[in-house]
Amino acid sequence: MTIASPTSPSSGSGTASVAAPTSPLSSWTRKHLLGLEDLSAAEIMAILETAQSFAEISTRSRKKVPALQGRIVFNLFFENSTRTRTSFSLAAKRLSADTQDFSTSASSLSKGETFIDTAKNIEAMGADVMVVRHPTPGAPHLLAQHVKASVINAGDGAHEHPTQGLLDLMTIRKAKGRIEGLTVGLLGDIVHSRVARSNIWGLTKLGAHIILCGPPTLVPRSMERLGCEVANRLDDILPRCDVVNVLRIQFERQQVGLFPSVGEYSHFYMMTEERIRLARPDLLLLAPGPINRGVELTPEVADGRHSAILDQVTNGLAVRMAVLYLLSGKMEARTTQTN
Amino acid sequence: MTSDEEILCEAEEIERLIAGMGRTIWDGRRRDLPFYLIGVRTRGVPLAQRLAQELTLLADDEVVVGAVDITLYRDDLGRGRRWPVLRGTEIAFPVDGAEIVLVDDVLFTGRTVRAALNAICDLGRPGRIRLAVLVDRGHRELPIQPDFVGLHLPTDRSDRVRVRLHPLDPVEEIVRVVAASRPSQPDRSPVP
Repeated sequence: MTIASPTSPSSGSGTASVAAPTSPLSSWTRKHLLGLEDLSAAEIMAILETAQSFAEISTRSRKKVPALQGRIVFNLFFENSTRTRTSFSLAAKRLSADTQDFSTSASSLSKGETFIDTAKNIEAMGADVMVVRHPTPGAPHLLAQHVKASVINAGDGAHEHPTQGLLDLMTIRKAKGRIEGLTVGLLGDIVHSRVARSNIWGLTKLGAHIILCGPPTLVPRSMERLGCEVANRLDDILPRCDVVNVLRIQFERQQVGLFPSVGEYSHFYMMTEERIRLARPDLLLLAPGPINRGVELTPEVADGRHSAILDQVTNGLAVRMAVLYLLSGKMEARTTQTN
Repeated sequence: MTSDEEILCEAEEIERLIAGMGRTIWDGRRRDLPFYLIGVRTRGVPLAQRLAQELTLLADDEVVVGAVDITLYRDDLGRGRRWPVLRGTEIAFPVDGAEIVLVDDVLFTGRTVRAALNAICDLGRPGRIRLAVLVDRGHRELPIQPDFVGLHLPTDRSDRVRVRLHPLDPVEEIVRVVAASRPSQPDRSPVP
């Protein structure tokens, strides 16, 4: 006579808090998701709780619900992406929305009026939600000021990637049962990483302790102002970490050499089997992908028992469904008022 | 507001209604199919769990309960001012070929049941679905009728009927809340 959980998360300790039925936030008021910096802890928790409900849909044989029937979700990607765009498209399709991709190379269309004009044209085709990735930080914010559609930031330069931050939070919470009080290491190219910034905002708001770790050129001391600990020696901090999020070396954003060689970087910062032995036995290893095998982590570690890389992809779908669902409610309120 | 509440049933009477429904459901079941209860969130779930207690006594075996959240299947999604909070569907058994009794506290327009049927049918193809409600208050807007009813209650369309059940509510009762603007001689609906 018990109601069994259909998803049955692997960790025993965390299930009770993950399945908590009450959300402190009774209604969602935002129209856009531009970054985790703007969100309150209650709003972040509301997204995670909603995502938890959506995770169940992906376990069904018929993975589709009619919630967003008749809505149009446009993907505007001005920068390369495989997983994020696919994940957003699939999330929209599972909610029965129509999806349309619009992509262009960063060189032909990058900023200013042309960008807004493009978006306005897409809006004229009836877009209800625009999922935007752009190399310029703040581009989604600019767009949100000029279009009536809901705007979701799918990565703007080195600024934020909020849905990646949210899926990292969801993965940590499902595995550990909590965020508060955990020590999370963000490893690697922090200065170029929008994933790092979204992680820092989200984790800080939910009460985790963050250690940024990497060579000084990629992890400047000034980042301590974000409320994080900054470290340069991975082997020193590894034993203290409950979670390590391994960020990709962004070769495309590095115009000048910020470390002497890839080999030297790997020597000091690659997650190897040897380093795993320094860490806690229940270390959770995340990586936003794409991963450079043999640079940030060895193949054995990437595919090993600590790795939650594929759980992150699965949770990303649930998080994006939750975000589309919550924002679309606000969007519908707007159209109802103008009718 | 509390002063307008008319208490129709208290805990003891509710207990009796649930026991009666349990016996009828058990007698009318198809013996060749696996049998499950599914409660409609929110108050259909504790009601289904109470029915399962009754049925477990009759069956001498545990009766499994699921929960369906109809939010994503509502026909008025986004039309209200508040965007409903999602609580999630939890059905941990295969619905294919099963006998399912869908359980809700109050049957009114039938729109909730329509949504719940769509949600369940997205999980598979049940052998048979029957509908059990504690209160049928009439005023259907869809061709949906219950198979098992605890209480037939004539109401005005503008009335509200509330079922309060443990553990969600401190006191167990069925109440009718009469709208302030309701005429003194209401047009009572015929109840099947």
